[in-house]
Amino acid sequence: MESIILQLLNGLDKGSAYALIALGLTLIFGTLGVVNFAHGALFMMGAFIAVTLNMLFGISFEVEDPTRTDFLGNVMMVDTPYVVYWFGEGVGNWLIDWSVPISVVVAIPVMALIGIAMERGLIRFFYKRPHADQILVTFGLAIVLQEIIKAFYGANPIPTPAPEAFVGSFDVGQLLGFDPFAVMYPYWRLVYFFFAALIIGLVFAFLQFTTFGMVVRAGMADRETVGLLGIDIDKRFVTMFAIAAIVAGLAGVMYTPILSPNYHIGMDFLVLSFVVVVVGGMGSLPGAVAAGFLLGILQSFASMSWIIELIPGINQVVIYLVAIVILLTRPRGLMGRKGVMEE
Amino acid sequence: MLGLNAKDARLYIIVLVMLIFAPFFLNPFPETSGLAQFNAGYPDMMQRLVIFGLFAVGFNILFGLTGYLSFGHAAFLGVGSYAGVWMFKLLTMNVLPALIVSTIAAGLFSLLIGYISLRRSGIYFSILTLAFAQMCYSLAYSVLTPITGGETGLQLALDDPRIIGTQQTAEGNIPVPHLFGLPMNSNTTLDLGAWSFTFSVGYYFAAVIFALAFYFTIRLFRSPFGLMLRAVKSNQSRMSYTGLNARPYTLAAFVISGMFAGLAGGLMVSMDPLAGAERMLWTASGEVVLMTILGGVGTLIGPILGAGVITYLEAIVSTINSTILHEWFSGLPDGLENFMVNILYPFVGKGWHLTLGLVFMTVVIFLPGGIVEGGRRIYGLFSRKRRQSDATPPNAAAQPGPGE
Repeated sequence: MESIILQLLNGLDKGSAYALIALGLTLIFGTLGVVNFAHGALFMMGAFIAVTLNMLFGISFEVEDPTRTDFLGNVMMVDTPYVVYWFGEGVGNWLIDWSVPISVVVAIPVMALIGIAMERGLIRFFYKRPHADQILVTFGLAIVLQEIIKAFYGANPIPTPAPEAFVGSFDVGQLLGFDPFAVMYPYWRLVYFFFAALIIGLVFAFLQFTTFGMVVRAGMADRETVGLLGIDIDKRFVTMFAIAAIVAGLAGVMYTPILSPNYHIGMDFLVLSFVVVVVGGMGSLPGAVAAGFLLGILQSFASMSWIIELIPGINQVVIYLVAIVILLTRPRGLMGRKGVMEE
Repeated sequence: MLGLNAKDARLYIIVLVMLIFAPFFLNPFPETSGLAQFNAGYPDMMQRLVIFGLFAVGFNILFGLTGYLSFGHAAFLGVGSYAGVWMFKLLTMNVLPALIVSTIAAGLFSLLIGYISLRRSGIYFSILTLAFAQMCYSLAYSVLTPITGGETGLQLALDDPRIIGTQQTAEGNIPVPHLFGLPMNSNTTLDLGAWSFTFSVGYYFAAVIFALAFYFTIRLFRSPFGLMLRAVKSNQSRMSYTGLNARPYTLAAFVISGMFAGLAGGLMVSMDPLAGAERMLWTASGEVVLMTILGGVGTLIGPILGAGVITYLEAIVSTINSTILHEWFSGLPDGLENFMVNILYPFVGKGWHLTLGLVFMTVVIFLPGGIVEGGRRIYGLFSRKRRQSDATPPNAAAQPGPGE
């Protein structure tokens, strides 16, 4: 029982990342009708915003520390980050420690700009081109973005720690009446899950309860009719692209403490997220979210040792297997809508 | 000639001549000149050109004719190479059984995957093939290690059985792949003044295989079957309204292109008997898509050009370093020299993939027909035939097939 709960929890954080990326993919696909292979690159760029901010806060210079001397009796030189020098000990160190959550604030405008630039600069010329062309051009773009990041940050993963306050694990088991230390779950993963839930909630609320969201939903259902009603749907869709970019970026920012990002982290997630979108049903937002969590949890269950013993290698392939089975039995995915990608 | 019409025969002869004389014109610069680094006439490079050409030509049969974009074709190449190495391990170091078995293995494997994937079309098909290929990659990397060698790859060993071949050479080494005693890695060098040309057995063997496969491809393109595949691409619903089931045709195309990939994989291990899982990674599948697009989708010569350009550029661009760049611009004033070097540096050497991505995006955006379309446009400019003649590819409308 404990191990089941543990796997359930383990699946949540990966599932959250899948769900967030798949949500963005579905938004772009549903509104713009574009298959975006560069979406993983957006996730990666979000992660590197956190890395950059962490590095920026860490830039330091040497000052003399009169209270300490080295073994020769000289005054010791101590590295002091500029932020500590400028804002004082307390605020400075807090900034460095909390660089990942702060990156969330920075990432929102940056990712929005990147998203808008991408849509206006490239994607909009591909609305009327075949899906194969869209896949190919965004695939090329993903390579380019990836290589740019690699040129700046190198090929190795860059560890970016979570704030001190979230280091350590939370004893979920005790909360549920099990023995202490039976089900331990790192705090940051819990934070990630709630963060993802919040973002997903916000996106859904935005689509459900605002006039803007209503127009977008109408546009997803029938683009032509909305256009005939005199609404400039393209303008709204740019915003949706920006929102999708923000969602992917934030998913990346918050994921850095869980997995040190390198330049191809986005591609690794993208392939799985596509599978998630397909399983959830192309064009269905709830489907994407549900499938994201479902597959994340399924994957973590498949990594349980006795299951691996039973079917070796199942943890590596379970997602793809599920996708294949779903596509063959329910071609539209779990919650796919009729008429989306049916040609 | 050989059942080809005049135009195809001309194309085929051009390709044959290119294959035969490749060691000469891929080595245009004398050994001693500074431009020698642009030479591509060394055996390893030429083998890669031909093998990737074969891979891309096969991919084009599926993508170019039926329009089904497979993002998992590298899996078949991987299966082919594993099968080939296993033949070397178990049976003999002769390359023929290895090639035959790798082609058949890839064919059976693609039959299975194609049967499932082709139930869906469009983006779903791409994702299904991608999922299958990633699955193969993960499995080859982890669970199937006894068969695939896992991270280290599948290598030959001294104590492999090699039932009908020699287990070890007289010196106690692992034997090299050969064709009835003719080792693949042997070559002769011809020195002509400042030039030096290398003729490799492996290259010419691969070239013969390629020539046969290319002949098959031309015939397939011009056959009623090829016409059916084009019909799938242009309008599948209309095809089914006329009472034709598209599935067998697409499946056949999928299997044929899978067999081409397996053959390419078999050739790859014939040149260098080592197979690794990274050949199945989806970036490898992406690369063959790039080659086909860059050259020209759905044309005969396009994939060959694309594979050639990408393989050549990869080898050349990734070896350029800052010293070479400084040499190039040494004629300029210092400031300008450093400026040029700094601008170009991110795109060469390790930045090769950046160049590749940019070239690829440019081609998809501005020239969806690839090099072939570019050539046609330039030709059109000069010959002032800007009317519809450009729009219809020559020979596209061969004899309409009997309804079948």
